[in-house]
Amino acid sequence: MLHGIDVELHPGAVVAILGPNGAGKSTLLRTLAGMLAPVAGAVALDGVPLATLSRAAIARRIAVVPQVLELLFPFTVREIVGLGRTAYLGWLGTPSPTDRAAVDRALAELELEPLAGRRIDAVSGGERQRAVLAMALAQEAEVLLLDEPTVHLDPAHQRATMLLLRALARGRGLAVAAVLHDLNLAAAGADRVVLLVAGRVAADGPPSDVLRQDTIDAAFGEGLRVLEVDQDRVVVPLRT
Amino acid sequence: MLSLAAGILIGAVAIAPGDVIAALLGGGDGPSATIVRELRLPRVLAAALVGGALAVAGALLQGLLRNPLADPYVTGTSAGGALGAVAAIAFLGPGGGALIPVCAFAGALLAVMLTWRLARIGGRTTVLAVLLAGIALSAFAGSLITVLLVASDRLALRLRAVIDVLVGSVSVRGNAELVVAAIVVGAGLVGALMLAPRIDAYAFGEETAAALGIDTQRVALAILLVTALLAGAAVALAGLVGFVGLVVPHALRAVLGAAHRRLVAASFLAGAAALVLADLGARSAFAPAELPVGVVTGLVGGPFFVALLARQRRMLA
Repeated sequence: MLHGIDVELHPGAVVAILGPNGAGKSTLLRTLAGMLAPVAGAVALDGVPLATLSRAAIARRIAVVPQVLELLFPFTVREIVGLGRTAYLGWLGTPSPTDRAAVDRALAELELEPLAGRRIDAVSGGERQRAVLAMALAQEAEVLLLDEPTVHLDPAHQRATMLLLRALARGRGLAVAAVLHDLNLAAAGADRVVLLVAGRVAADGPPSDVLRQDTIDAAFGEGLRVLEVDQDRVVVPLRT
Repeated sequence: MLSLAAGILIGAVAIAPGDVIAALLGGGDGPSATIVRELRLPRVLAAALVGGALAVAGALLQGLLRNPLADPYVTGTSAGGALGAVAAIAFLGPGGGALIPVCAFAGALLAVMLTWRLARIGGRTTVLAVLLAGIALSAFAGSLITVLLVASDRLALRLRAVIDVLVGSVSVRGNAELVVAAIVVGAGLVGALMLAPRIDAYAFGEETAAALGIDTQRVALAILLVTALLAGAAVALAGLVGFVGLVVPHALRAVLGAAHRRLVAASFLAGAAALVLADLGARSAFAPAELPVGVVTGLVGGPFFVALLARQRRMLA
């Protein structure tokens, strides 16, 4: 359950949604995506409530990057990226030249061209992550929402993903929001951090404002130490 | 094409290939020509329609349910159609023949919607839930058919028609029936091809399909309607033929990949060829006696299903 949430996303900025397990991070993300309707209040896009838009109309403006679990069927990387054009399909369901161009652009932007013909189950975890990100880019939406995009990646790929998200926010002018578990990754990659605790916004601001000892203690309990390293905030778990 | 040719060339009565071609082109009036034109050709065409329809329906169900073990037979869709067909025979009498396909469609639609609802209890479809829903529906429809058999005097007189429905047999009753079935299956195929790219969007599950812009309620309903249309036509024509819809799309996916438009088109052709061959086996194995084609597909498809199930144990847990 979420209560009294007031969150805004802006073009060009990456917002990290943080909080302990069960705080409502994924619920907030799904509400922002229009998958869940708020009991009270509304999610609006440029002032237009999502509830008044069709699924396809929402998908043309808000892209959601799914968690990459194993895929049951052997789609190729290009076919996965092509799924991003679903909201633009006409009656016959045949992709237009515009659709193909958008897929090509997304593949190029994430350097996936050499892998385009490969089956999605035959590429690495990091490449699969880029493929679903490219799928969301092909959607050509203004808002990009991600639920734990780094969950199955090693630290280097986690950092690369965050840098990529920031580059996309700046380059394409996207409003990006990502649910993250890793506080340091959020500190390193996000322009703004929203800290949820028990369904409420406990803090909302730049990482250096939110990742402070008192707010972290209040959100996660004791046992985490906030350090300052080269003007960045770093959160480390204590041994005792 | 090859299997169509084989199906027409081979039969209980040996006929020279030259005579077969002559008969197909309209020449000759001897018994051979009659056998080719009025027995073998309609039967081969019926088998092709039934096999194509079931394989396409299987491809649709597997894509929607994200389940390689789904097909009209396993999900109870065919059993629902069979119940509809038997009920039509029981209540409508000889004059109701034209309504058999309509009732088969209605039964199939009811069954596939029920499976869809049952399989989604708890929010996401699992392999196990689909199988259990299908088993329950098949058993229930089977019981109702037995009740109809015992309770209806009319059915006792038309036992042969009922048995044809239950064991799966492509003995065709008339050309009109074949033409109607061809139109229905053709419409179903076009619908399936149009829906195919939207089924692709279910690759990551229903919620992501919605996020990609799919109106999941409407698209699922459309897929289930087309599935019931195809399965209903197949049941009306040939009764319960198992596993074609399961094996064909599954085998093709390994070769052609997962994109559903290609898969649907290929499934139609391969399903048609497979059932023509199965029917050929059915009438050749103990010639001149004939096995029902459903027995042949069961013998081939049953072990395949078990092997597939063993490989899916990860998903069952």
